[in-house]
Amino acid sequence: MKAIGVETVHMTMQFGAFTALEDCSIKVSPGSFHALLGENGAGKSTLVKCMMGFYHATSGEMLVDRREARITDPKVAHTLGLGMVYQHFTLVPSLTAAENLVISREDAPRIIDWCNEHKKLQAFMARMPFQVPLDQPVQALAAGEKQKLEILKQLYLGRRFLILDEPTSVLTPAEADEVLGHVRQLCEDGEISVLMITHKFREVTAFADAVSVLRRGKLVGGGRVSDLSHADMAGMMMGDAEISKPAPRSGAAGAKVLELSGVTARDRSGLRDIQIDRLAVRAGEIVGIAGISGNGQMELMEILTGQRPRRSGEIKVKGTPYDATRNEARAHNVRYLPEEPLFNACAPRMTVAENMDFRSFDTNDRQSRFWLSGRNMRNRASDLVGKFKVQTTSIDSPINALSGGNVQRAVLARELSGDVDLLIISNPCFGLDFSAVGEIRTRIMQARNAGAAVLIMSEDLDEIMELTDRVLVMSEGRITYDVPTAEADIAMIGHHMAGHA
Amino acid sequence: MRVSSPSLPATVARPLLGRAAVARRAEAVVIPVGALLVGFAIFSVFLLLQGKSPTEFLSLVYRAGFGTAFSWQNTLSRAAPLLLAALCVALPARLGLVVIGGEGAIVLGGVGAGAAAVMLAGTPAALALPLMLVCAMVIGAVWIGAVGALRHFRGVNETIASLLMAYIAIALMNHLVEGPLRDPASLNKPSTAPLDDALRIGNLPGWDVHWGLAFGVVCCVLAWVLIEKTTWGFAARIAGGNVRAAQVQGLPVGWLIVGFTALGGAFAGMAGFFEVAAVHGSANASLAGGYGYTGILIAFLARHNPLAIIPVAVLLAGFEASSGLVQRRMDLPDATVLVLQGFVFLAILISDTLFGRFKFFAPERWSTRDGN
Repeated sequence: MKAIGVETVHMTMQFGAFTALEDCSIKVSPGSFHALLGENGAGKSTLVKCMMGFYHATSGEMLVDRREARITDPKVAHTLGLGMVYQHFTLVPSLTAAENLVISREDAPRIIDWCNEHKKLQAFMARMPFQVPLDQPVQALAAGEKQKLEILKQLYLGRRFLILDEPTSVLTPAEADEVLGHVRQLCEDGEISVLMITHKFREVTAFADAVSVLRRGKLVGGGRVSDLSHADMAGMMMGDAEISKPAPRSGAAGAKVLELSGVTARDRSGLRDIQIDRLAVRAGEIVGIAGISGNGQMELMEILTGQRPRRSGEIKVKGTPYDATRNEARAHNVRYLPEEPLFNACAPRMTVAENMDFRSFDTNDRQSRFWLSGRNMRNRASDLVGKFKVQTTSIDSPINALSGGNVQRAVLARELSGDVDLLIISNPCFGLDFSAVGEIRTRIMQARNAGAAVLIMSEDLDEIMELTDRVLVMSEGRITYDVPTAEADIAMIGHHMAGHA
Repeated sequence: MRVSSPSLPATVARPLLGRAAVARRAEAVVIPVGALLVGFAIFSVFLLLQGKSPTEFLSLVYRAGFGTAFSWQNTLSRAAPLLLAALCVALPARLGLVVIGGEGAIVLGGVGAGAAAVMLAGTPAALALPLMLVCAMVIGAVWIGAVGALRHFRGVNETIASLLMAYIAIALMNHLVEGPLRDPASLNKPSTAPLDDALRIGNLPGWDVHWGLAFGVVCCVLAWVLIEKTTWGFAARIAGGNVRAAQVQGLPVGWLIVGFTALGGAFAGMAGFFEVAAVHGSANASLAGGYGYTGILIAFLARHNPLAIIPVAVLLAGFEASSGLVQRRMDLPDATVLVLQGFVFLAILISDTLFGRFKFFAPERWSTRDGN
């Protein structure tokens, strides 16, 4: 058996006074497919970074192939046969698969004898249980093929223990199943052992044989997958923390608030078009846009916030043309919650009070003002910090000193105070912990129940199914599917997300 | 195995007080001062390698720049254009733009003032001087405002555009004073016609320092008020802090960029006006005296805070005022002060990465029980 086992023994990692990982012992036996479950911030990344030598654990040991190993940097990890596949691709898009494989080798010669290398690569591929076209530029490959190539690359480099960091987050469900199926096959053949970071219970039950669950830096449970139900795993992940369920839905949809017709714009790459023929959101309903990231959701958000010029078409809010200027947004009570609020909705080095006043600093009850009022700003901020339970040392602290959940709370406080008629949201719970997620979803539901029209773009299908009244699927820059959530079928949505309409 | 969640601490919404507030503010002073000292330490090694004494250098700087009433007046005269040149860097910087071509606006502003003086010959000074000033400021505003417009509407890098435009400005000035605007009487040094005595700006009452200093100080204070105390300044700080957040808020980012760069340019143009009306008496190649470049260093040392520009500009002016004495007494080339400026600038740029690294300055990290 080529696969090797890896074990961490009482591993602890401290960053200053913060303990990211505490006394964590995990054993991955040779040839097993081990899943590492945990919420964001549970310490999964810290653990694997310690294993790969990116971090040096404060205390604790590691056993590789039953021998104690000191992994001082990733190179040492590689020599021992440890490899990692990241969430995002690390291939050079303009090079072919063959070129990517050869240049990734540490001992790649200065002058490459391509004839010889191709022969060797073909021999290598013949031994593999799955194939990827070798002579095409990587950018021409589908996401699933790229992820397969990433895994082949690790095997080609002679790695015998693989860490997969959310390897399916950019794949469709069908692609994910295929890739993970191959990985499982490799484990069963004894080629590799795998430790996979994931959020998805389904993948754990379908493919892994063992699981470990982290919460707040501690190993809280685990065992053989066959002995555990989804509910068991969820219980371990969440602990007994209170999760507020979203407020119940009430009221019915009213008049159209947001209408897009025939909107076209260039996408980020400048190569494709975004084309939204028709999109309407009514008062008192939440419309969700599902899709795999990179299918135009980000561009649609930019069109709606006025950051991306549109080539044609019309956006109307409450029946009047809308260009996302400050005055229009204020007149129609339009609010935005962009994804990753620290980078898209805040000025990281400005204070909490200043950041919380971005929407209202220049107005005095509808009258614009020239002089800034520091006192009003601080009063408003103190008030909102209390109401939305933003945890901060002081309102004068820079906002980048806050945790992700508290930054999102601060932004929510700013955007959801006062009357809201239209709320446009993108991935509101990206990277947040459980308690923050529940609370944020509740606030969104409350806005809907109070009569706001809500448009939410999310890569998290569960979030969409939980919150929305209607689901649209976006694929290749177009809206390809539209269904009331109550009648929605996950498989059908997945089918459209993958672009097989 | 289940672990109970720690109860969240009570939400706090208090302002920073006492020691915490002082520590937070101290960071913006301690780090640049530290960089200044490091820059000087490296410069001392440079002097020692040539067998010269750093202490002698410092004592000469003190004597020539700050030792006597005469040297203070010399220093303050030099500080006047530096204040305005530094504003031309600091204002765009608050929007996240690095504009380094203030020299071009100074030069063209000076030419504009000189040309206006020729055209306004015979007009009473009370009318002609304000018109010359407006002319210089408008030219400066258009020149640097164009850099902002290129940046916002065409995506042209403002640093490179402003630097290259400074060379164009200097070439344009040379063309004008050697050609169409040349006073035939200026033989060795082509210049515009000398200003009437009535149009020469005198000194501040009782000082041997011209009025440019007072204007420079007032402009720094006004710029500070604009940035810190008005909603326009706040909008600009949002755009400078994160342009995407400003766009999502619907703030007029383009107009803010054009407006702030133009205002910076207007200040630089004002410096050109004073160089012509108070110092040289006509527009000529002396306008390109490097004030625009020293202004970059001053603005960075002051962390683009217009009030901090005032003391920093005086300090740097003192160094420049001493270059002659250093040259004579220590037998060093007069570019030595430029070497010092270079080292300090390098130290300042590197020190920018230190912000937020010291727990000492960040009250939120003093106790992990609070917050987060």
